[in-house]
Amino acid sequence: MIPLLALESAERYVAGAYLVFLLLLLIYVAIMAAKLSRIQRELGSLAELAERPTAPRSDHDVGQIHEREHEIETVRQGER
Amino acid sequence: MADALKSITLRRLAVGTVVVLGAGYVLAFFAAPEDADQGFIQKIFYLHVPLATVALCGWIVAAIHAIRHLRTGDPKHDARSYVSIHISVIFGLAVLLTGAIWAKGSWGVWWEWKEPTLVSFLIVFLLYATYYPLRYAIEDRDRQARYASVFAITAGAFVPLNFLAVRLAEPLIHPRTFSSTGGLPDSMLWPFLVCMAGMALLWATLVWFELDSKAASGNLKRIRRALEATA
Amino acid sequence: MTAYSALLRKDLRVELRTLRSLPAMALFAITAFVIFRFGLDRERLSGELAAGVLIPTLLFAALLAINRLFVAEREEGGFDLIRLAPVDRTVLFAAKASALVVYLVVLELVAVPIFALFFLDSASGLLPLALVLLLANVGLAATGTVISTIATMSSARDLLAPLILLPLLVPLVVAAAGAGEHLLAEGGPDYGRFGTWLGLLGLYDLIFLLVGYATFDFLLDD
Repeated sequence: MIPLLALESAERYVAGAYLVFLLLLLIYVAIMAAKLSRIQRELGSLAELAERPTAPRSDHDVGQIHEREHEIETVRQGER
Repeated sequence: MADALKSITLRRLAVGTVVVLGAGYVLAFFAAPEDADQGFIQKIFYLHVPLATVALCGWIVAAIHAIRHLRTGDPKHDARSYVSIHISVIFGLAVLLTGAIWAKGSWGVWWEWKEPTLVSFLIVFLLYATYYPLRYAIEDRDRQARYASVFAITAGAFVPLNFLAVRLAEPLIHPRTFSSTGGLPDSMLWPFLVCMAGMALLWATLVWFELDSKAASGNLKRIRRALEATA
Repeated sequence: MTAYSALLRKDLRVELRTLRSLPAMALFAITAFVIFRFGLDRERLSGELAAGVLIPTLLFAALLAINRLFVAEREEGGFDLIRLAPVDRTVLFAAKASALVVYLVVLELVAVPIFALFFLDSASGLLPLALVLLLANVGLAATGTVISTIATMSSARDLLAPLILLPLLVPLVVAAAGAGEHLLAEGGPDYGRFGTWLGLLGLYDLIFLLVGYATFDFLLDD
């Protein structure tokens, strides 16, 4: 009787210990996944920043033309 | 080019970890015999002790990186030191939790002051837990790194000393130890060593992973700064 | 006069003139003993209980001393003055650590006899205990100097130093209390494991004096 009971709870403790280890590992993975998605977002916004015209335009009209070009491009992409 | 090499190493490490750790636990549960004294609960040994050993070695490794950092001033050594401590602290948490479960299963109590490994580990863990408030409290990045390195070295010197002290503090009546690795039969020793190797690989994988992630964030910051400067 | 002795004298002279910390430390220790007298409801202590009251009390008083010696100096700008002077950093470490040892010795010269008066039957264990405490003081001074220098340069200085120091000092407390337990034993000092504890204390002192010596430069390297 006693060995039987002991065996049951012993298995539970062993399972518990290994489970705790796995859980900690999974929590770590989850945190790293969150970091990764943050990096992805930052990468995306940096890509946008990089594609914007960087040279300073004193001519307002030239700027407007570029804006128009960008709008056309966006619409074209939307149509695809 | 160096980054490409690095990511290959990370992949290899990860695969290696899965293979070795997996093999270790298969061996532990299917090849190793059940312990005569403790019964099935002794299987936690294959988890708890490798975790503890790797964590402690990790902290010593961190001290070595810290020494390199102080000697060269190169921040990459500081990063390695920091991440080594960080991953070891996480392992340390696992050590304490699995140790408590083992204690509960073996002796019916969640903690046992007469278990020298657990107690000395708790003290070391508490010490390294202060690493975070220490770094957080110093704003100047260069000074923060230097002071953290001094701490890492001091704490690294502390680890063996503490272990010795707690061992000595045990009453001469036989302490309640989980088991010692000395006198382990071969059938248990080999699975144990494989698990140990697997844990070490796991540690290395996580450290590499974390360092990569930090490097990526760092590079992104550089790019952002550069772009915002020219915009 | 060497830089070392100059620095050491400065710290000691300041304390002597103002008597800021030592009376407070001594008072703290005595009050702690009174609290233990009532908390434990015991008038006589021996063995592990005696060591368990004496050593931690001295430890906490020492933390107060460390706080005073470093934090106060930092706040009064004295630290900056010394950092600018062309003094070898290691000398600074030696001077600060020595000052701390002197503080602790003076504290113990007051607190231990009072402890004996309150709780002990015989004073026979006290002389070897003095050796134990001296070794413990050196170890405490070594780690205390390094850690409190780190702490005073941070923003959470009051909290950080004891927080880091307490786990770091555990082997010291273990060894000192272990030795104390033997020396203050019921029937007189028992030298059973005395050598082991002295060995541990000596090892601790050696290692952390070395660590302090090697790393102190990097703490003041601005």
